[in-house]
Formats: sequence, C-alpha cells, structure tokens
Amino acid sequence: MTTKTYEKYYVPAQSPWPIVGAIALFFIAFGAGHFVIDISKQQSGFGGYLLLAGFAILVFMLVGWFRNVIDESMSGLYSNQMDRSFRQGMSWFIVSEVMFFMAFFGALFYGRMIAMQWLGGSSNNAMTFELLWPNFEPVWPLVKTPGGIETQAMPWTGLPLINTAILVISSITLHFAHTGLEQQKRGQLKLMLLLTLLLGATFLGLQVYEYIHAYRDLGLRLDSGFYGNTFFLLTGFHGLHVTLGAIILLFVFFRVLKGHFTPEKHFAFQAAAWYWHFVDVVWICLFVIVYIL
Amino acid sequence: MSVVITEPNDHEQHDHDHDHHDHKPSGITRWLYTTNHKDIGTMYLVFALVMFFIGGTMAMVIRLELFQPGMQFVEPHFFNQMTTVHGLIMVFGAVMPAFTGLANWMIPMMIGAPDMALPRMNNWSFWILPFAFLILLLSLFMPGGGPSFGWTFYAPLSTTYSSDSTALFVFSVHIMGISSIMGAINVIVTIWNMRAPGMTWMKMPLFVWTWFITAFLLIMVMPVLAGVVTMVLTDKYFGTSFFDAAGGGDPVLFQHIFWFFGHPEVYIMILPAFGIVSAIIPTFARKKLFGYASMVYATASIAILSFLVWAHHMFTTGMPVFATLFFMYATMLIAVPTGVKVFNWVATMWRGAMTFEVPMMFALAFIVLFTIGGFSGLMLAITPADFQYHDTYFVVAHFHYVLVTGAIFSIVAAVYYWLPKWTGNMYDETLGQWHFWCSLISVNMLFFPMHFVGLAGMPRRIPDYALQFADFNAFISIGGFLFGLSQLIFVWVLIKCARGGVKATDQVWEGAEGLEWEVPSPAPYHTFETPPVIK
Repeated sequence: MTTKTYEKYYVPAQSPWPIVGAIALFFIAFGAGHFVIDISKQQSGFGGYLLLAGFAILVFMLVGWFRNVIDESMSGLYSNQMDRSFRQGMSWFIVSEVMFFMAFFGALFYGRMIAMQWLGGSSNNAMTFELLWPNFEPVWPLVKTPGGIETQAMPWTGLPLINTAILVISSITLHFAHTGLEQQKRGQLKLMLLLTLLLGATFLGLQVYEYIHAYRDLGLRLDSGFYGNTFFLLTGFHGLHVTLGAIILLFVFFRVLKGHFTPEKHFAFQAAAWYWHFVDVVWICLFVIVYIL
Repeated sequence: MSVVITEPNDHEQHDHDHDHHDHKPSGITRWLYTTNHKDIGTMYLVFALVMFFIGGTMAMVIRLELFQPGMQFVEPHFFNQMTTVHGLIMVFGAVMPAFTGLANWMIPMMIGAPDMALPRMNNWSFWILPFAFLILLLSLFMPGGGPSFGWTFYAPLSTTYSSDSTALFVFSVHIMGISSIMGAINVIVTIWNMRAPGMTWMKMPLFVWTWFITAFLLIMVMPVLAGVVTMVLTDKYFGTSFFDAAGGGDPVLFQHIFWFFGHPEVYIMILPAFGIVSAIIPTFARKKLFGYASMVYATASIAILSFLVWAHHMFTTGMPVFATLFFMYATMLIAVPTGVKVFNWVATMWRGAMTFEVPMMFALAFIVLFTIGGFSGLMLAITPADFQYHDTYFVVAHFHYVLVTGAIFSIVAAVYYWLPKWTGNMYDETLGQWHFWCSLISVNMLFFPMHFVGLAGMPRRIPDYALQFADFNAFISIGGFLFGLSQLIFVWVLIKCARGGVKATDQVWEGAEGLEWEVPSPAPYHTFETPPVIK
C-alpha cells in the first residue's frame, strides 16, 4: 500500500460463466437429491440424469471460465495486486476446506472419546449401559457396535503405510517442480510435475484397492457402525480431494507443456501446489488419527 | 457461444475515458452476466426482500394457526414444515443475503476500491442462492412434504423420522454454504487487498470491520454445517450411524456439530448489524463514534468467544456438569464486549445534536430492543434457569428480539440510510416514519408477550396449546399480522424512492462522513477507478 503509483485493478466486464455455473450447481444439487432418494427407494428416476447433466454443464462452465482467465492472464491484464487477491482467495478457500475436515475429525473424536465411553457406562452413564446394551465393550476400533454389527479394523501397516509414503513423496516432487519453475529449469518442472501426477494416480488406485479389500475381506463397510462411518467418510472425502487436486495438477501440467508460467507469475501453479500440500497434510492427520491410533 | 467477453483492448481505453465506462449494460443480461458490485448488491438485497416476504408469509400461517387453541387451518405436519422453512428462509435467505448485499454495495465504496476483489465469483455466489431456495421450496411439494424437523434439523428428527425429500434439503443447504463461503472470501480479500492508499486498518469504517470479522466466522463455520448435513444425508440414506447410539454414534453429537456452526452463525447475523448502527448513530448525533478502537476489539472478542459457547443450546442434553458450567460462564462473558458496544453507542449520542430521521429511529429501536434480546439471552445462559426456559416461547421471544428487532431492524435502517446514495432520491420521510412506528408497535405486540407465555411453560414448535395461553396468543397473532402488513409500507417506500423523489445531495445526511458520501448520488456505476485520497 505504500507504492506511489497505483496498479490498475482489472475488473472484467460481463461474464456469462457465473450464471452457467449456477445452473450447473442447480442441476447437480437437484439431481443428486433425487438420485439419493431414488437409490434409497430402489426405484429408477431422473435424478441420475439431472446429476450427469449438471456435471456436464459444470465442466463446460469451468472450461469456458478458465479459458477466459488464462487468456486474460497471458495477455498481462493481471497486476501484482490481483495476484495477491488470487493467492489470498485460495488460502482462505483452503482454510474452509480444513474446517470441513474438522467436522469429521471432530465427530470421530467425540464418538471415540465420549460417546463410546458413555455407552460403556463411564461418567454418570452406568444405567445407560446396564439398560441399553449391557454386553457392549467400549474398545476402539469399534469392531462390534452396541447394536451388534461386527466388522474388522483396517490395519495401518501395509497399504496405508505405502500410500502415506507415496503422498509424502508426491509433495516433495511437487516442491521440486516448483523450484524448477522458479529457476527456469523447465525440464525438471515437467518431469517432477509428471511424477507428482503419477504418484497421485497410484495413491488413488491403491485407495480403491483398499476399499475393495475392506468390503470383500474385512467386512468393513460404510454402514458397519461408527468406525466404518468415520473411516469411509474421512478417507472418502480425502480421496475426492486428491482426485480434484490431481485434475487441477493435470491442467497445470498441460499449461506447463504449452509454455505458460514464469518464475515471477504462476498463480495457477501455486494454487494447485498449495491444494496438493493441503491434501497431503490432511492425509497425514488421517493416517495418524484414523489408522494408527 | 455468441457471448461477448471482455476485450483487453477495450479495457485500455478506460484509463482515459471515464464517462464512457459508466454506461450500464442493458436488458436481462446486465443482471445475469454482471460483475459489478453495485448490481450484485442490488440483486442480493432484492432477493433478500423477496425471501423475507415468502418466509414472512409462512410466519403468518403459523400465527394464523396459533390464533386460537385447537387445530383450525393446517395439519400438524404442515405446521412443522412452516416453522422449519420459515426459519431456514429467514436465516439463510433473508438476513444473510441482505447483509451480503449491503457488503457488496458499501464495502468497495467505503474503502475506496474499484469493485470487489473477485467480481465474477461474486456473481456466482449470488446466482446460486435463488437456485438453492428453489430446491428448498420445491421440496415442500414432494410426496411426504418438505423438511419438518425445525431449522436446526436435530437428529433423529432429520434422519430416522424425516420425509423422503430430506436429500433435497441437504443439497440446498450445501449450495447456500458454498454461496456464503465464496461471498466471505470475496469480502476478506477485498478488505485485505483493495483498500485505497492511506486507508489503514484503524481508519476503516466499522461496517467494514464488522463484516471483515463476520467473513472469518463464515469461512470457519459454513464448512462445518456442510459436514453435519452430509452426516445427516449418510445417516438417512446410506446406513451410517453418526447420530445413532446402536451403531456407536450419538444424537447429541449432531447438536454439538450443529451448534459449533450455529452459534457463530448467530453472530454472523448480528456483527454487521453492529457495524450499521455504528455508522448511523454518529451521523445523526453529529459526533464522532465514541470508542472506535474499543468497538473493533469488542467485535473481535465476540467473534472469538462465539466459538466457545455452542453448548449453551444444549444444557438439557445431560452434559457433564463441568461442561455446562464452562459454557454458562463463557456465554455470560460475551455480555462484556456487547455491553462495551451498547455503552459506546449511548456515549456517542451523549450531548450530540440529534435528529430523528427514519434510519436513526430504526437504529435507536435497535439499541433498545436488541439489548432486551441480549438480556433474555443472559437469562437463558444461566444453566439451571435454562432447564425451565428450554424449548419454550421464551426462547422464541429471545431470538426474535435479536433477529427481528436486531438484525432486520438494522438492515432496514441501513436501507433507509443508504437508499438516497443508491437511487439518487430521498425516500418519503413521512411514509418511512409510518413504517417505523407501525413496525415498532406491532413487533413488540408480536414478540414481547411471548416472554410471558414462555415463562408460563408454553412449548415452541407445537401447533396447539393449553387454553390458558389463548388470550396471549390471539394478541400475539394480531401483532404478527400488523407487523406483516407494516412491511408493505416499506415496499411502497422503496418503489416510490426508486421511481423518483427529491434529489439527494452527495453527502445526503448533514453529519455523514466517509468515502461513500464523497461520490455523487446516485453512486456512479463504477466508483474509484483511481483510488481516492484518504485524509
């Protein structure tokens, strides 16, 4: 704010993409709602089609919107001040994502440290335990629910450990891609970015394999009590975020191949990298809290 | 696509040609495609007004049924849908969008910025809102009806016992959340990054400060709301048991997560109101705001404390005594920074040269009536007393005092205050005074007796009641109908002012200070393309 000359803040004129995006979200939400209702009633309906149409419109919107933004960026309309706006916007978006995960981590904490103990009769809940489920054993992982559903816990050794290593390494390769970009080593940038993408894809593949293993061999399902609930929702939402992060990185990779980004200006790369590191940090918390502890 | 998108060349000319830049696009695409913070602000405000009347109509249905004991007009299930959707619409469709609309209109003008920091996203965050409420309202027409579990959608009412359409409710709340988060990010980035040179943090108007802090609350808690509706969705449709003890969960867990969102949410709906009142009182008292810095710190303190008090909504759930004590004392602590604010407003008026135009009247009513709502909040904060008050009309009286005579009165005050700046015309002062006095009298007829029926034990969210409450309820209903009718005067004032009237000066109000009063009335389509000089 101390600069004497005031940078021009580019305010785009009209854009059709927000309203297209709003229509897309309408189709997605309305379709998803009906889709879920259809599934639960085991009936066929139009929900799924609306949902797909919504995603198609969303993709159309994203392509158009990002094409505009990339064009504007490449023609030099974006000042440093705007770059700061974008960076701050992305940072606060990531904070909101952290809070989304906090809701589920909070639920896990409460279910494990409080609800399960109370169901086992601790604090002033002796009668709850005696009258409701006197055979319930409050041990974590909750492999047998008070209602009697049995399952098995997912061990942290094996696949989850390998996946942790993969994701941590992918964060490191992405860091080297960034230094490559900053030091004008385009070869290193491309190679490291490609490696990051491959590691991300491997992680997702192994995660799918783990889910199949859980369902088929361990009997660990989404509906097998509080352990299964938190396991699948936390790892599932994390997996969705990895997928999203990988898609963003893929587009960044294409832009790198086209010669975009300079050492000074590479907000899109930076945002994708922040997002990827955030997803990585969430996984480490997940690995410790959901798998190991 | 045949749509014209910004040509960079066109942009270059604007540096030299300001008048050219001021032409407004015409037709429906002006509103659909806009990136202009004033257009978007206007759309937010109009949308909020429409939702206010839709939600208000539902309140009229509620008051009609409660006019007499016994069941007269609607089925209990429909009554429950009315209370639920009335709450959802007023919170997410009326109050929050109205504040966001005011933020859009005023924040760039108050800090000397050319527009909001992320103008296209700004438009997106507005346009998804009407669709979210379309989905919510459509769900009322589904087989089995719409949401009927209260706006707080406690499990298991929203899981085991809810109607099939609950998934639509869940996804519409998701969209409202996305809209709020994008709006909040835009506000934070705008304030952080777009202030004109010399507009230091401690020179910002309090409306900007309060919105800045509100936006942080939104970013922190709206994702938690998204999380908890997602758990409701999976519990209802995919067999999870987050809120089912048989599967190892706990229905009380729902309340913890919901109120972790819900309590900061109530401050989201009142902090910008503090900012508005802090703008209006000094103008009409013709004095500088007393204790500016303490106002800023008080706002921040309230925001921080708001994360530590959520379980005061849950005193009767059988929490451990230690927890209830903690939440009781933390809640009472909030009275301190709030008291600082009320003191500062009163001290600002002390020996001021006061005049009593409509915005000032609403601001004064805000101070008195919001304080009543605050005091009943203190009563509710006392754990043992809350055992008696919980789930009675006393609670309804409390939160309507803070939300109607608090949040909504401040929004109305803000509209009267800035309307001349928006339209270029003065509103009709006589009609405005009629609107104020009718609203003031009817709103107290409507909500004040609720304290008494609540203390006498009348439960909330029930379509029928014991006979001894009959007279009070008839009186309350009459107050409700009168309050609803009084708002039609408001619409009349707005339309009249938009169509013409006495031309407003640039400063509009004699005692008004701030950047927004230095630009012409009506404010040009684009303000501050080159930053203003801050004294």
